[in-house]
Amino acid sequence: MKIDKDQVENIAKLSRIRLTELEREMFVHQLNNILFYIEKLNKLDTENVAPMAYTSDVSNVFREDKLKPSIPLQDVLINAPATKSGFFKVPKVIE
Amino acid sequence: MSLRLFECTAHQIKAKILSKEIRASDFIKIVFDRIKSLEPNIQAFITINEDEAIKKAIEIDKKIESNENVGLLAGLPVAVKDNICTKNLYTTCASKILETFIPPYDAFVVKRLREEDAIIVGKTNLDEFAMGSSTENSGLKITRNPWNLECVPGGSSGGSAAAVAADLSILALGSETGGSVRQPAALCGVVGIKPTYGRVSRYGLVAFGSSLDQVGTVSKDVRDAALLLRVIAGYDLHDSTSANVPVPDYLDRIDSGVDGLRIGIPKEYFTDAFNADVYKALKDALKIYERLGAQVVDISLPHTEYAVAVYYIVANAEASSNLARYDGVRYGYRTSKPNGIIDMYCRTRSEGFGNEVKRRIMLGNYVLSSGYYDAYYLKASKVRNLIKIDFDVAFEKVDCIICPTSPVPAFKIGERANNPLEMYLSDIYTIPANLAGIPGISIPCGFSKEGLPIGMQILGKHFEEKKLLQIAYAFERETDFHVKKPVLKISSM
Amino acid sequence: MTYEVVIGLETHAELATITKLFCGCSTKFGVEPNTQVCPVCLAMPGVLPVMNKKAFEYALKAAIALNCKIDEFTNFDRKSYYYPDLPKNYQISQNYHNMGIDGYMDISVNGTISRIRIHNVHLEEEAGKLIHPEEVGADYSLVDFNRAGVPLLEIVSYPDMRRVDEVESYMQTLRKILLYTEVSDCKMQEGSLRFEASISLRKKGVDRLGNRVEIKNLNSMKSVLKAIEYETMRQRDVLDRGETVDRETRLWDEVNEKSARMRSKEESQDYRYFPEPDLLPVLIDEKWLRAIKDTIPELPLIRRQRFIETFALSDYDASLLIDEKILADFFEECVKILNRPKSFCNWITNDLLREVKDRKLDIYHLKIKPKQLAALVEIIEKGTISSTIAKEVFSEMIQTGKDPKTVVEEKKLVQISDEGLIEEIIIKIISSNPDAIEDYKKGKKNALTFLVGQVMKETKGKANPKIVNEMLMKKVGV
Ligand SMILES: [Zn+2]
Repeated sequence: MKIDKDQVENIAKLSRIRLTELEREMFVHQLNNILFYIEKLNKLDTENVAPMAYTSDVSNVFREDKLKPSIPLQDVLINAPATKSGFFKVPKVIE
Repeated sequence: MSLRLFECTAHQIKAKILSKEIRASDFIKIVFDRIKSLEPNIQAFITINEDEAIKKAIEIDKKIESNENVGLLAGLPVAVKDNICTKNLYTTCASKILETFIPPYDAFVVKRLREEDAIIVGKTNLDEFAMGSSTENSGLKITRNPWNLECVPGGSSGGSAAAVAADLSILALGSETGGSVRQPAALCGVVGIKPTYGRVSRYGLVAFGSSLDQVGTVSKDVRDAALLLRVIAGYDLHDSTSANVPVPDYLDRIDSGVDGLRIGIPKEYFTDAFNADVYKALKDALKIYERLGAQVVDISLPHTEYAVAVYYIVANAEASSNLARYDGVRYGYRTSKPNGIIDMYCRTRSEGFGNEVKRRIMLGNYVLSSGYYDAYYLKASKVRNLIKIDFDVAFEKVDCIICPTSPVPAFKIGERANNPLEMYLSDIYTIPANLAGIPGISIPCGFSKEGLPIGMQILGKHFEEKKLLQIAYAFERETDFHVKKPVLKISSM
Repeated sequence: MTYEVVIGLETHAELATITKLFCGCSTKFGVEPNTQVCPVCLAMPGVLPVMNKKAFEYALKAAIALNCKIDEFTNFDRKSYYYPDLPKNYQISQNYHNMGIDGYMDISVNGTISRIRIHNVHLEEEAGKLIHPEEVGADYSLVDFNRAGVPLLEIVSYPDMRRVDEVESYMQTLRKILLYTEVSDCKMQEGSLRFEASISLRKKGVDRLGNRVEIKNLNSMKSVLKAIEYETMRQRDVLDRGETVDRETRLWDEVNEKSARMRSKEESQDYRYFPEPDLLPVLIDEKWLRAIKDTIPELPLIRRQRFIETFALSDYDASLLIDEKILADFFEECVKILNRPKSFCNWITNDLLREVKDRKLDIYHLKIKPKQLAALVEIIEKGTISSTIAKEVFSEMIQTGKDPKTVVEEKKLVQISDEGLIEEIIIKIISSNPDAIEDYKKGKKNALTFLVGQVMKETKGKANPKIVNEMLMKKVGV
């Protein structure tokens, strides 16, 4: 599978990354190289192979429904680029 | 010639501090003097934590003076890779997007270091978000290999490996997703462990590929690695994938030797694809093992050639979602005067991330996107299983697997920068262990004609770090590669 | 042209846990912004989720109660989309292995039972809250993450509903099931129960579904019904004009009772689901499943049927009783003590509910106990007090939690059945109301009622009305 400039632009949008024309061209080229390399997986028949989504074979890990202290508001907001009255402030969101 | 203090191992310094031969506060000053004199050349650190470190050293001195119990790492300087969260200390991931981020909490491993009275000397450089194999992708600075300042230290834990190799710290923490501890350890001539997935809590390690990430150790020798691993390993309720398996004393019977052990040599790893010096160093190492009573057995890991492809799908799929949180809302960089929320997202991320990170996020989003999931992500997950099965089968026949850590010694800065795929292929020997979740250790096993270190890695079954350390130590005891030091000129600041 | 309306519902219910789904922060409603957050629910770099067992079990319980098939293996997936109230910019949800699939729920419309199939039930995390300041020209929004990470149950129905009365019954029945199983408090005003509708129209007799429109921002059951009616009209107009309905998502405008396009299908999101590597799978064995099953009480519709059959209650009365589980429980407790179902049903559905409403009482914390109501009914039957007086006693009981006997004694409300005493009063009343006697003799029957009333008044309602009636008739010579 080969991807073109439009597809790269779509992926960039999906990734919330804005590309310059030059960057778009570079990424088309580089991503195609990588995708071409990845194609080698198609040589393998994996019809009857189970996917491995987890590296550990443990299951059923839970915590109890027990209250733990939250962190002070000051620590919550200290790294925020913009705040107002205890809220995080962002550009207007229109639905 | 006797060792200068900063050249000592953790065990040597620990003995001196505990016997009151030297005070922790005096030693830490020596370490910071060393950092100040060499850091301009090496550029291993992003943040230096001198004030807090000295305070901590004085505390430890007081404990020792009053004969209180002290931790396993009392007074020992540890450098921490800058993608591991440290409370009230910058954690940048070498990215512009997190350049100002100060975590309100400690990573599990950092908490453990503090509990054992270690001294955090600073935060080390890395490829941005640990994405790379040379530390050249750092968004903040370029780290140089102490053995040759023109060369890369490897990556992504290049800062940690370079710091230990140049004696800027005695110990260091790194992190692995596809070889990021073992490969720079090999390229810098130090010891690096990638533990079993789940052996060390990932809580506080900034996520890259969540099903692959592990915190690892960087040290000057195998015994130091055993000491540091014992401290950071263990169950953590904050990480669902952390294993509830007891942590042994890795130093206990570390000198058990290799007599009667079966060492597997995967034929797929010993091809002409790698450097002649590396090939020779590995062959010599195997001869030593045979002399020590081990049996070298040929094995096959037939799906090795697919590992890099699988890795770049799985790791980047996970990364694309792990890095979605850097959006300029709650922390980190935000673009100036955004025109609406989407514009804020896009400009923040375009300005905050470097090209390698963007490339991987896009690749990850592509392989997960509607219509491609089965062809890429699902396919890769299946082949990943085949790779894991390869190891399961191999470990029925052998106790460990030995192969090169990296196909080549350290390469020149800039040499591979424009070809991402070629850079990716330099992880070909380390990636399979991450995919299978098994532990690996890289130890020095020789030098190239150019005088650059060569690393050998030993891979083992899940949770058999102790055995790996015994095997590594058996070799280290017979050789002196690990005590060789790079010649470093001290620059005037 | 006649069309058939095809309706499906997506329901979100916040689960009634004390802490969030993946961290120990409180789920309490209505606190100061960003005071119930921690590194985990703020998605700080490096944090990891750990699953709340209670939340998982609540979701499992709901899936069982909705008759879903439960697979032995379940796990979680990441659902990616960017929104400022979603800290990780992905939501941990379930896509490839839901908690339960292919279930159903029976609903009753005017006594007719119909079965609505449930496509799936799954567990996910709640988002935070966005606030849009009302000040003129404000170019910003504010984010509060207190709700972020609260466990959320999503129930997706098949498009099996055809009319708004079915939709209403579906919503009410589902709400009752969630309350009966105690997995959610279902407070719509706090957003802990929310609905989204998908609607399509097709010509009668046609199998293929028309283009589906999803409607969001429905804040009450009433707005769900209004939005469906509006959307039905809108789509009918489009189809009548010979045009096709666009597949899209629309937002309901509560104030103007209209909907407007939010996004079209072309703009629809690509969620890039993949298994959440930070959470390990959950295996559900038979033993666990049975243990959860055992905690599920008799569900409302089945209980209603039993009430009708066992206690000979009307459909209407039984429905009223099962409406709130706590009331139905109260009723059954009473009947266990004294077998007078009709009587208890009347007390509960009339007097109790009226008092609750008038005095704004919390039915979950009533002072009156079933034992006490049973005692009240008992002393009415014994004739200790009249049923008129009983109402007064009941009102006192519900306010104070006192036993009926105590109230009767304190207020000296014992019924007067002493014929001698009653006779004295009757004589007094007759002598002071000669006109009424005359009227009665002329055949005005209600004059007798008047006289009874006068006797009751004289005794402050305590005279036994039956005896008064009998004696009066005797006196005036019938
Ligand atoms: Zn929290």
